[in-house]
Amino acid sequence: MSVTTDTNTILAGLAEVLEEVAGTPADKVVREAGFEADLDIDSLTMVEVVVACEEKYGVRIPDSALEGLRTVGDAVDYIAGAAA
Amino acid sequence: MRAAAVLGLGSHRPALRVDNHAIAARTDSSDEWIRERSGIVTRGVAGDDESTVDMAASAGGKALAAAGIDADAVSLVLLATCSMPGPLPGGSPEVAYRLGATSAGASDVGAGCAGFTYALSMAADAVRTGSADHVLVIGSEKLTPMVDPDDRGTAFLFGDGAGAAVGGAAAVDGIGRGAWATDGEPHAARTHHRTPVQLAMNGRAIYRWATTSLPDLARRACANAGIEPGDLAAFVPHQANLRITESVVKSLKLPASVVVARDVVDSGNTSAASVPLALTRLHEQGEVRTGDQVLLLGFGAGLTAAGQVVRCP
Repeated sequence: MSVTTDTNTILAGLAEVLEEVAGTPADKVVREAGFEADLDIDSLTMVEVVVACEEKYGVRIPDSALEGLRTVGDAVDYIAGAAA
Repeated sequence: MRAAAVLGLGSHRPALRVDNHAIAARTDSSDEWIRERSGIVTRGVAGDDESTVDMAASAGGKALAAAGIDADAVSLVLLATCSMPGPLPGGSPEVAYRLGATSAGASDVGAGCAGFTYALSMAADAVRTGSADHVLVIGSEKLTPMVDPDDRGTAFLFGDGAGAAVGGAAAVDGIGRGAWATDGEPHAARTHHRTPVQLAMNGRAIYRWATTSLPDLARRACANAGIEPGDLAAFVPHQANLRITESVVKSLKLPASVVVARDVVDSGNTSAASVPLALTRLHEQGEVRTGDQVLLLGFGAGLTAAGQVVRCP
């Protein structure tokens, strides 16, 4: 499995996941975007996003970490840190 | 070993229906919010004359009638429930008594929302080994009195009702070998043991477990019956939440030809009653026919899960 810690690459990968899971347009997936506030991703959809990211990046994102992932940037940084 | 099959189905749905608006008003919620998160539109709420045992006896009697089996030919009554008023006694002896199954054994089966599919596997194995000739398997739940009406996250989820199946010897095996799974990590789900008992759950943890574990369990249950998921006539998962159902359907890549039970929309989550309620509805509506292969998949608190492929009676 190729693991990357490049945040720009992770951002692009997260956009792919969001498009696949929730149909979110890629151009809305910017670091500042809030999952619930801006992208209309509710708590259950967020679980699907996280599971897809875990598979994509070979990282573990526990439920206890989910509360802290409010924006796209939060998730990118968490994945980058967990994959490092 | 002889073959076992489902010989008849029956259900009991409470007459009283409660829609989302009534629940939303008390929980600072809305009909739209509830539908988006669960798919639920309305649910049955049992009345004073509809206890867990009352509904179980009602559904069980209909299943026996559908199977054409006399109550005195029943060897064993298995009642899957988590909503008896107390831990003792179990409800199954009274159900057997009321139905006239006086020569039967009786036992309650506790596996949360997976109770019915566990009990059905036990019933099939009892028939196959000759321990029983006819087994009445019932899922019955009166959950609404156990719900915290002010809990925004769970008040809308649950409903009441009962469903039943008669298992018995047959020429061709119609109940596939059971497939099981469990995850007892304590954080995953819990009920508060206080008086009155109230249901609580970590929805996010259960959703993650369900959507990641159930597809594999479903494939194993199909393999036990010698078929692929795409060969099924219908898929009847525990009616926990429509979004879990849709996620599992997507993971299994079920073709449009597979009928998917979505009884949760009208019934809410009725725990151990949900699988037989949903199966009976598909059967009554002609969406599945005699001999059709249907995957039943129960899962719930514990966490625990069980599934099997059955042929429709």
